[in-house]
Amino acid sequence: MYHIRASFATMVRIIEQLMHDKRTIALMFLAPTVLMTLLWWVFLNHTSVFDAIAPALLGVFPFVIMFLITSITTLRERGSGTLERLMATRISKGDIIIGYTLAFGIFGVIQSLITSLVVVFVLKIDVAGPLWFVILVAIADTLLGVALGLLASAFARTEFQAVQFMPAFIFPQLLVCGLFVPLAQLPDVLESAAYWLPLTYAVDALNGVVSSIDITSDMWRDLLMVLVFMVGSLVLASLTLRRQSK
Amino acid sequence: MLYTVVMEDIAIRASGLVIEKQKQSVLNGIDLVIKRATINGLIGPSGSGKTTLMRAIVGVQSYRGNLEVLGQAAGSAGLRDRIGYVTQSPAIYGDLSVWQNLCYFAVINKATREQARAIMTKVQLASRADQLVASLSGGQRARVNLAVALLGNPDLLVFDEPTVGLDPILRQELWGLFKELAASGKTLLISSHVMDEAERCDNLILIRDGKVLWNDTRVKLLENTHSSTVGAAFIAKTMEVE
Repeated sequence: MYHIRASFATMVRIIEQLMHDKRTIALMFLAPTVLMTLLWWVFLNHTSVFDAIAPALLGVFPFVIMFLITSITTLRERGSGTLERLMATRISKGDIIIGYTLAFGIFGVIQSLITSLVVVFVLKIDVAGPLWFVILVAIADTLLGVALGLLASAFARTEFQAVQFMPAFIFPQLLVCGLFVPLAQLPDVLESAAYWLPLTYAVDALNGVVSSIDITSDMWRDLLMVLVFMVGSLVLASLTLRRQSK
Repeated sequence: MLYTVVMEDIAIRASGLVIEKQKQSVLNGIDLVIKRATINGLIGPSGSGKTTLMRAIVGVQSYRGNLEVLGQAAGSAGLRDRIGYVTQSPAIYGDLSVWQNLCYFAVINKATREQARAIMTKVQLASRADQLVASLSGGQRARVNLAVALLGNPDLLVFDEPTVGLDPILRQELWGLFKELAASGKTLLISSHVMDEAERCDNLILIRDGKVLWNDTRVKLLENTHSSTVGAAFIAKTMEVE
């Protein structure tokens, strides 16, 4: 009972913190939509290109943004001494990780929903498969961004480093995930490496929904893999929290 | 009659306590006894190991040797409800209001909202309840930090340099609160590198280069060193060792 209350209070606390920062909230909710609209505009004369890549980017943009926001917020908590204060109390590491995941998860879901709804109803994307699956994968990607951000914060000493983790760990995933070149056309080493990276599955699922009317078992497997990576990152992230420093 | 201290009277007992950080010895096998319901000053120059010792006592620093706090090994899960820790730089959320900070830590420390409100009034921040902590003055932030540590009514309060940067009146009020807490049965461990703070403590632990130079009452220290101030006594004790 205590741990449920503590997780929930942590979630509320993080939401309250973000609510005091209106600009961050506006950026978080609007930036992906603005980017998607810009992309649509760029490909105005080639709408088939937009239809083909927009679903994948629907997963990528929120993923990147939530990764950044989560890693920096968590890093701040580590740096400000509040994490140490929490570690001297009854709260468990799991409570803290769950609180963070829930809080950013809520923001991430809202962000994904806003972006998806704009892409579907305003930009009128044309995909063969069901739109709810697109939104479902986009939300899973957002949560993956939260989980990886939590994990990354453990390895960054400063906010500079946290920001640099984006080109270091996120961009390589973007390059080999099948967004630019289909996986089958990648050099063998890169292709096998791609299957060890979570974004590959996210993009594969979203690319699938573009061309397939039905949700195939491969697409469900992709979604499952994203969730497996998410849970794995959260478990690793909670292991990086230490009650006692050496 | 032999000088014996009943177990229940002891809040903290260390023997052969060793703490190393990055292979550098910070505390070098120290022995220590702190009695319950007393105000104890942990006095020493900066870099002497005060904060490290306090962190071990509250359970966030690993150690070797014996360190018993309120009858349990330091770091035990059972102690986490019973210790309030006031860090040197306020460990509170700058992007939350005073009241939001207290409400959050009230849940974590199993205190009620009524207790949180009473403590907020006690540290004279009720009129600032809805103000963001980041916009408070240094002294006000220090009081929020203190208020958070009082939530949940802990038996042992560990303060790391609590009065640094506070104005004299606020400092006076804070010491009034410390005396009140000790009178109600709480044990207080207060670190300082300012000697005039030490004059207000019942007991003193003088620490230098990871060694304990004194661990007894202030009155006895002054007698022992024939000094009139703790500052002079500290110097006398340091000379004795060297």
